[in-house]
Amino acid sequence: MLKNTSTAYGFVAILFHWLTAVAVVGLFALGLWMVDLTYYHRWYNTAPDLHRSIGVVLTALILLRLLWRFANPRPQMLSSHRPWEQKLAHAVHILFYVLLLSMFVSGYLITTAKGQGLPVFDLFSLPAVVTGIDNLEDIAGEIHEILAFTLIGLGALHGLAALKHHFIDRDITLLRMLGRASADASSPFLTNRGDTK
Amino acid sequence: MKRLLGSVVTVVALSGSLLASSAAWAEKYIIDTEGMHAFVQFRVKHLGFSWLYGRFNDFSGEFNFDPQKPESNRISLEIDTTSLDSNHAERDKHLRSSDFLNAEKFPKATFESTAYKPTGDKTAQVVGNLTLHGVTRPVTIDVEHIGGGKDPWGGHRQGFEGRAVIKPNEFGIKMVEQLGPAAGEVELFLTVEGIRK
Repeated sequence: MLKNTSTAYGFVAILFHWLTAVAVVGLFALGLWMVDLTYYHRWYNTAPDLHRSIGVVLTALILLRLLWRFANPRPQMLSSHRPWEQKLAHAVHILFYVLLLSMFVSGYLITTAKGQGLPVFDLFSLPAVVTGIDNLEDIAGEIHEILAFTLIGLGALHGLAALKHHFIDRDITLLRMLGRASADASSPFLTNRGDTK
Repeated sequence: MKRLLGSVVTVVALSGSLLASSAAWAEKYIIDTEGMHAFVQFRVKHLGFSWLYGRFNDFSGEFNFDPQKPESNRISLEIDTTSLDSNHAERDKHLRSSDFLNAEKFPKATFESTAYKPTGDKTAQVVGNLTLHGVTRPVTIDVEHIGGGKDPWGGHRQGFEGRAVIKPNEFGIKMVEQLGPAAGEVELFLTVEGIRK
């Protein structure tokens, strides 16, 4: 199924999730690598071009993902999760979106702070909108770096939490995001996979 | 009248010989950064293929100028290195970073002249100490007196253009290693118009 139900993530939401994960990790690694390239390195210009372009595509993906999220039922949280866990999970999801969009804004400003556009895969160019602020590119650069590490740190905790739910709590949190389980209200395995082996 | 008297008293107190000729005391000029009739620019070769021009937008300074007593001519200049502007946000950010100017750690560059040596009717060599990237070294600026006198608004102005060639590597900035041998020398253009105090 493409769409979400009240108990399961649909294919589109799952695809959005994993594309985001791959793009974020990829952009982080590419970003760390490219800032230390020497001026005469073959990739000195190409790597930032790719980083910017992928970043814009990821942002478009995030916006579509948000639209999709609001156009779909939200699969209910597992009732085995304590209220504070549910609240925390929800807050972390919101924080992820805020971080992702802030990463786009700060990255965009590094490139466009002095009026240059931001080319995307040689297809089109995002125009500069905010210019004329002293040292905007420096401020945006620092924010971009801090947020990048924050996002990756939060992503790591998010992944560890998923593994904890899978291997320690033995619930279906991770399986749901792999499209392999749903929290069927009538099932005794609603919130817990139980020990089927 | 009171101000004039004060000046006369000061001059008498300082030196009787100066009183003999009113033109003989060194006149102090403030560099007109308010009306921005002054420019601190540089150029450096890109790959050895072309000249890249940039400037520092924020600086201040003053000079003494007396055509009768050139040995008393002097200039001091303070430049805000975070205001580097090469009309490209990403490049400006990089040039200000610790790879080059390290503007966060060394936000000021200064020049203090130590000698003024006329070389012709309108030309001179200004010798002084340039502090850049936390390193102070002697630098010689070839100066041309462009013109001066009464301005249309009741003031007095004098204008100069100076050119100096520096090797950033001597100031601890690894230009050659990072940008290639053609970038080893940077030309500085100091264009100043001063308004007499």
